Amino acid sequence: MSPAADPRPETTGAETPGAAPGPTTPILTVNRLSAKIAGQQVVEDVSFSVPAAGITALLGRNGVGKTSTIKAIIGLLDRSGAVTLDGERIDKDPTYRIIQRGVGYVPEDREVFSKLTVAENLRLAERDAAPRRQLVEELFPDLLARAGQMAGTLSGGQQQMVSLARALLNTNKVLLVDEPTKGLAPKIVGEVAETLAEAARTVPILLVEQNLQVVRQLAGDAVVLSGGRVVHTGPALEFLDDSALIQRHLGVSNDPHPGADQASHAAVKGAAQ
Amino acid sequence: MSTVILLLFTGLGLGALYFLVAAGLSLIYGLMGVLNFAHGAFLTLGAFTGWEIARRAGSDNWGIFLVSLLIGAAAGAAFAAFTEFVLIRRLYQRHIEQVLVTLGLSLATVALFDGIWGTDPVFIQGPAWFKDTTDILGARVPNDRFVCILAAVVVLLALVFFLKKTRYGMIIRAGVENRSMVTALGIDVRKAFTLVFTIGGAAAGLGGVLASHYFGYVSPMLGGSLLIFAFIVTVIGGLGSLTGAAIAAVAVAVLQQFANFYLGGTGDFVVVLALGVVLLVRPTGLLGRTA
Repeated sequence: MSPAADPRPETTGAETPGAAPGPTTPILTVNRLSAKIAGQQVVEDVSFSVPAAGITALLGRNGVGKTSTIKAIIGLLDRSGAVTLDGERIDKDPTYRIIQRGVGYVPEDREVFSKLTVAENLRLAERDAAPRRQLVEELFPDLLARAGQMAGTLSGGQQQMVSLARALLNTNKVLLVDEPTKGLAPKIVGEVAETLAEAARTVPILLVEQNLQVVRQLAGDAVVLSGGRVVHTGPALEFLDDSALIQRHLGVSNDPHPGADQASHAAVKGAAQ
Repeated sequence: MSTVILLLFTGLGLGALYFLVAAGLSLIYGLMGVLNFAHGAFLTLGAFTGWEIARRAGSDNWGIFLVSLLIGAAAGAAFAAFTEFVLIRRLYQRHIEQVLVTLGLSLATVALFDGIWGTDPVFIQGPAWFKDTTDILGARVPNDRFVCILAAVVVLLALVFFLKKTRYGMIIRAGVENRSMVTALGIDVRKAFTLVFTIGGAAAGLGGVLASHYFGYVSPMLGGSLLIFAFIVTVIGGLGSLTGAAIAAVAVAVLQQFANFYLGGTGDFVVVLALGVVLLVRPTGLLGRTA
């Protein structure tokens, strides 16, 4: 066992370090969630909860079912199990009603409507009687300048801004954000991370993210999936600092960083050879 | 030269009818993935409704003709909305069942129309002006062609306005591109489904009344025979593309007319050949999605 591993019991719903102490009841609870795509089990008996403040990272190797879990939560996949949003069951609702209850969804690969203009993409997403157009304009001044442009002609980073803006226009109880930095240039990754940190001040976020630096920067808690199941939950830093856990569940060595346990790194490398 | 002009306008008139059927087919497929084989039934019902009005209220009268267009469109719209609400709504994502139920409905309605109006064509007359001709560069073009063309242009412009300028139009355009993301923005896309069916049915019903004047008769098979070419038009134009449907409707109908006249009645064959070529060279159709 590496010295970084914490002997404390693994916890869910722990308060996020750095953020103001949130309420103890989680905003989103997933209990024994399963989902299939074309008969194949992609999410199996997954249970975890998302605290009512801060950012919770959903981690795991490629193809482990992170995106499917998010899609199952909002009913984009046929699912079984219980999902509770702010104390109310949502697992029998159709997708549009789950969203209307206060879920903001930022899908993997942005999924902007390429043949609609930027302005139309945003207008389509407006649910509230008084959508927060001003906030979005302040966060993404670039989009204002490109309002009349077809969203399909934007760069990947700009499309991600549209996708984030669509979720931030409305008042949400939780945001589900799926790989927002995927395929983006490092500078844009930083901007996206800043936007998420800013958003997390007012709304809890469940974040799927492969970039562990971004996870380290943003996430309070981490939920780790493997083989469609939850294999670890706990504070994000605790997981990120544990090379053995990272190697086992993500299949990567964590990047060297201040405070990393060099000995455990060497041990992992040695074991891998 | 006069023959070319005459063929051109006859083709444009026929293209207008194809477009009125194909517009709905294309939007319905684009948004919902439903291949609607019952679309011809909407047209036939519109045609018979228009004929009933002309028969009872007097045929040589512009006012009554316009009323018959409106009621024909309303009949098509009501039938289409009913079809979506009662049959298709239960079968989303079940494409085989959709084909079976719409195909079954189209066969059943032919039998139903047979039972009500008989199997023989019923002949229809419109305002006398329809049968007059207008001289264009020496060609004597029957006036009913112009009525069809004008109606199709008005429908095209109205649809474009609706799709570009209204919220439901925006939802439909977005839904054609990515339906699940529309629902993931909190929008009940099923309302758009019913709306698209209703609009498609209205265009088909209108096309039915116009087709009855273009051909001079109504028969229970009218819708089915136009539907085949409308499907070809929809595929050539690109499924889900309204502009593509408009361009392809004109191209197919004009090609058909010219081939019929100059290549010994091979119009239908040439159209199917064109379909094959488009599918080989550009499988998504002229203006279809690339995804």
